[in-house]
Amino acid sequence: MFYIHCPYCGELREEEEFHPKGQAHIARPADPASCSDEEWGDYLFFRDNPRGIHHELWVHAVGCRKFFNITRHTVTYEILETYKMGEQPRFTAEYPEGRPSRDRVEPAPLREGVRA
Amino acid sequence: MSNVATFDTRTEAKIPVESPLTYSYRRSGAPAPTGKSRVVLRERPFLGHLILRGGAIVLDEAVREVLGVSLPGEPQGLVQDADGERSVQWLSPDEWLVIVPGGEEFELENRLRAALGDAHFAISNASGGQTLVELEGEAARELLMKSVIYDVHPSHFPVGKGVTTVFAKTTVILRRPAEDRWELVVRRSFADYTYRWLLDAGEEYGIGVER
Repeated sequence: MFYIHCPYCGELREEEEFHPKGQAHIARPADPASCSDEEWGDYLFFRDNPRGIHHELWVHAVGCRKFFNITRHTVTYEILETYKMGEQPRFTAEYPEGRPSRDRVEPAPLREGVRA
Repeated sequence: MSNVATFDTRTEAKIPVESPLTYSYRRSGAPAPTGKSRVVLRERPFLGHLILRGGAIVLDEAVREVLGVSLPGEPQGLVQDADGERSVQWLSPDEWLVIVPGGEEFELENRLRAALGDAHFAISNASGGQTLVELEGEAARELLMKSVIYDVHPSHFPVGKGVTTVFAKTTVILRRPAEDRWELVVRRSFADYTYRWLLDAGEEYGIGVER
């Protein structure tokens, strides 16, 4: 067993409290009606399977029940970071050592209503 | 005032009311506490449980006004009023659990709704769905160490903290309102399972049940 840092609870919690929910940052097409079958099929069914850094959606199912993102290395299984919904990852395939702080992307403001 | 229809879930009619553990007491027994009991279990049934959802700032203002305590803004926070009868616990960034003495929850809900007006919020009454079990005594922490996956060491779980976590094969809301007292908020349908687990796990500490 290992610990996962929940960005909403602000502490490390047992892995047993969490569920993985697949690949993160999948944007729903803005206008589904005008999508081709291929575009819609890609959105619904096709997922990346990279060797290396992967961004995943997880949920703190027993706990605060919030969804958040994890950057995980699929070879070493190391969890590089966890971050809230709407934020951008620091570790990406482009920046495996972490994005330099000076051009760090500012986190998108959280939607009203989920702000703590 | 919002246009939500509310009603008092406590009936005036003379219907016998049984706590979620009544069946368990009959079926599994309830050993009385003795001088050797290092942990005592006590159910506090029929309390008023309300779930508040919404933005912290808006809710904080209303809760201060109506209950006189501030909303715990920090994760895992638990605050109580002066006599410890009423408590507000952080459950998630936009969700809090309020527990008040039984019978107060309907009036409290209405006063909160009046104070919140047209703000974006939700209040739901969970009183019938869950019950509160107290564990008291020097072995209470040892008993919890066998039951929950969360670290209950005092350095990690000070008084005034509360978490939702895994208890045996179910989940509980675990809170520590006082130095030697722990509270488990359990779902009604899991109350029997939780009770029997606690009796079994607490046997070595001579667990007693106060009724």
